[in-house]
Amino acid sequence: METFLGIDYPTWWYLVVGAVFSGYAILDGFDLGAGAWHLFLKKENSRRIALNAVGPVWDGNEVWLVIGGGALFAGFPVFYASLFSAMYIPFMLFLACLIFRAISIEFRSKEKMKWWRTTWDISYSVSSILLALLSGIVLGNVLKGMPLGPYHEFTGHWLSFINGYAISVGITTVTLFMVHGAIYLTMKTSGKLFLKATRFVNRSIVLFIIAFIVTTIYSLIELRHLKARFDDNPWLYVVPVLSFLCIANIPRLVSKRQYMGAFIFSALTMSFLLILVAIQLFPILLYSTDPDANHLTIYDAAASQKSLGIMLTFAAIGIPLVLSYTFFVYKTFWGKVQMDEMSY
Amino acid sequence: MDVEILSRIQFAFTIAFHYIYPPLSIGLGLIMVIMEGKYLLTKEKVYETMARFWTRIFALTFGIGVATGIVMEFEFGTNWATYSRYVGDVFGSALAAEGIFAFALESGFLGVLLFGWNRVSPRVHFIATLGVFLGSMFSAVWIVIANSWQQTPAGYHIVGEGMDARAEITDFWAMVFNPSSVDRLIHVWQGAFLAGAFLVLSVHAYYLLKGRHVELSKKAFKIALAVAIICSLTQLMSGHSSADGVAVNQPAKLAAMEGHFDSLAVADMYLAGWVDKEAGKTYGISIPGGLSFLTHWSFEAPVIGLESFPEDERPGQVNAVFQFYHIMVSIGMALIGLSLLGAFLWWKGKLFDHRWVLKGFVWAVFLPQVANQAGWFAAEMGRQPWVVYGLLRTSDALSKTVTANQVLFSLIMFSLIYALLLVLFIYLLNKKIKHGPDESSTPRELIDKRNRQKEMITSLTNQ
Repeated sequence: METFLGIDYPTWWYLVVGAVFSGYAILDGFDLGAGAWHLFLKKENSRRIALNAVGPVWDGNEVWLVIGGGALFAGFPVFYASLFSAMYIPFMLFLACLIFRAISIEFRSKEKMKWWRTTWDISYSVSSILLALLSGIVLGNVLKGMPLGPYHEFTGHWLSFINGYAISVGITTVTLFMVHGAIYLTMKTSGKLFLKATRFVNRSIVLFIIAFIVTTIYSLIELRHLKARFDDNPWLYVVPVLSFLCIANIPRLVSKRQYMGAFIFSALTMSFLLILVAIQLFPILLYSTDPDANHLTIYDAAASQKSLGIMLTFAAIGIPLVLSYTFFVYKTFWGKVQMDEMSY
Repeated sequence: MDVEILSRIQFAFTIAFHYIYPPLSIGLGLIMVIMEGKYLLTKEKVYETMARFWTRIFALTFGIGVATGIVMEFEFGTNWATYSRYVGDVFGSALAAEGIFAFALESGFLGVLLFGWNRVSPRVHFIATLGVFLGSMFSAVWIVIANSWQQTPAGYHIVGEGMDARAEITDFWAMVFNPSSVDRLIHVWQGAFLAGAFLVLSVHAYYLLKGRHVELSKKAFKIALAVAIICSLTQLMSGHSSADGVAVNQPAKLAAMEGHFDSLAVADMYLAGWVDKEAGKTYGISIPGGLSFLTHWSFEAPVIGLESFPEDERPGQVNAVFQFYHIMVSIGMALIGLSLLGAFLWWKGKLFDHRWVLKGFVWAVFLPQVANQAGWFAAEMGRQPWVVYGLLRTSDALSKTVTANQVLFSLIMFSLIYALLLVLFIYLLNKKIKHGPDESSTPRELIDKRNRQKEMITSLTNQ
């Protein structure tokens, strides 16, 4: 098997996919989170400012999902096929929410009628929450594992995606995005709206910590396979500890009015949590709950060495490019929201 | 209905709906680049005004294009799992390249294109517009390469057997430049330019008929007409070259397009007709030996017919392939006629003198759209029963774990959402067109500025 710096290609691709999904969580996380808070803003003007805070960037943020999906398809086609066909209904609902969210942002401010704006406000906020919830539910099912038959195909019931563990991961995701989104709003707003956003941060942190503790206890009791690697390498406990320290740092920075710092620490929290997931699973992508234990590992799921080599080259060229456009766009729209005739 | 037919209907429906928008984004992108380029060169405000106006319509098409585009990417995994396993190694790399090289460029600069008018200099804005346009062009590159690989696979070998079999890449550049990709890419680009150009022509013809934005519309109309003239003519060449490729690489598809059954016979070229698949006959108005001439440069050469292929390797819907192909070709000819008429009147200096010509351009907006759809239907239905030509059958490509009820649910869901989406799109497009370009000379002040200042003052005094 070919290697680069002593690490084989499938593992490299596992890292690339992990990095892209962390990027997605950090970037789309704040605009989904801001969307989740949308209905808590009562005044028309506040809602417009909140919407325009994510206006120029939400579309670029969603690109990371497209790239992440493409990276999974190309690098781990067997995993892509098994996971997506197993989670048919959640993925279809996810698509419906993506569409509703995009058109809500696009259409909300195009008409002045109150019913029109209220309808799109509800659609925007509900679809933002559901997108976070559904991503968490899919992640929860990946962590929990599912019955796999020959060729690593899902053999369970089509409704089995609804289970306590997946829902608790889903709620944790929603609350984490809400923390992240609220911090973003503090950076982009001023006046009363800004004060409101700072209160949102503190409220959602409490909710997140509760959800996170429940999920952690659930994992430790019910999902022994997730703990195995930590039992063998206790030093790995440093990762969950670091993620917890990052969370604890957020209210401190918010009280010191260092919002940019708080944003960086909520981004770090997400990264550490995803690193935690990656450590728990590696090298398994789909854990089989079937007694035959037909787990799908990165080596079973990977594309050929040749194909992975080509795509690693793509990633090496492409990801710096993507980061540079992203940086350029954020720099252009840096600072508090300013509305003009082109705004949503 | 079974999973196969439901999944096929769902994929066809979602991709056909999606394909209303990307050609408009590509075509409008080109025209916006020209408008902004002219503004940079001439410093005439009118070009900036029209570019700003078209940006708003572009935003509408782009937004829906993105939202409906992710659907296809996910459907490969959800509905076509066996296909994903089989082609992921080859097809996936093209899709990943699209995401990272094209889509990221496009969406990254989109924010600056839409909201950056008052924040960056005209030159930087032009670069952003160019970035979005090039991004959409590159998107087409990778998507067409991926699809062309399904039509004419190259640069791969098959590894494994039965359910474990899959195509693995052996030569990346052979995969990229597979026999049909260059012809089809140029054909798709031109189709997209025509879709954008005819939308611009339609809207500005409407303003001219109404006597609104007259000077601006005349300038914009000429820009779009120039694009339409060049692209409708070159489209004829790329279409011919593409059909030549089909004759060599996918003879069954070519035979279905012209309803040609008998391999020993000279093949006619139909202007219009009807295929009776059971009887193996095609009725209609034809040029005898026309297809033989176009493929072999001889009116007497025989062309491979459908009867040379076993029953289970022929396209199932021969008449549909025939009709879609002929709709596309007829519209292509109509677009050439209309563009040349415009060119002639422009040359005579009478471009805007005839109301009936302008009316024709108002309604012609639907023609490239119908032609683009028909062309894809002919290409995809003509490839059947294969999903990857000669390698994997569509019926073998499904997800084995997904049931008919699940697909029925999602199909109904997409039908309802897309119906709503289409109504909203037309409503808002109409509204934006009615509103028209903002030609007032002073730029409007930042609309919510005063409100926000007031709010800040009150919040500070309340503290």
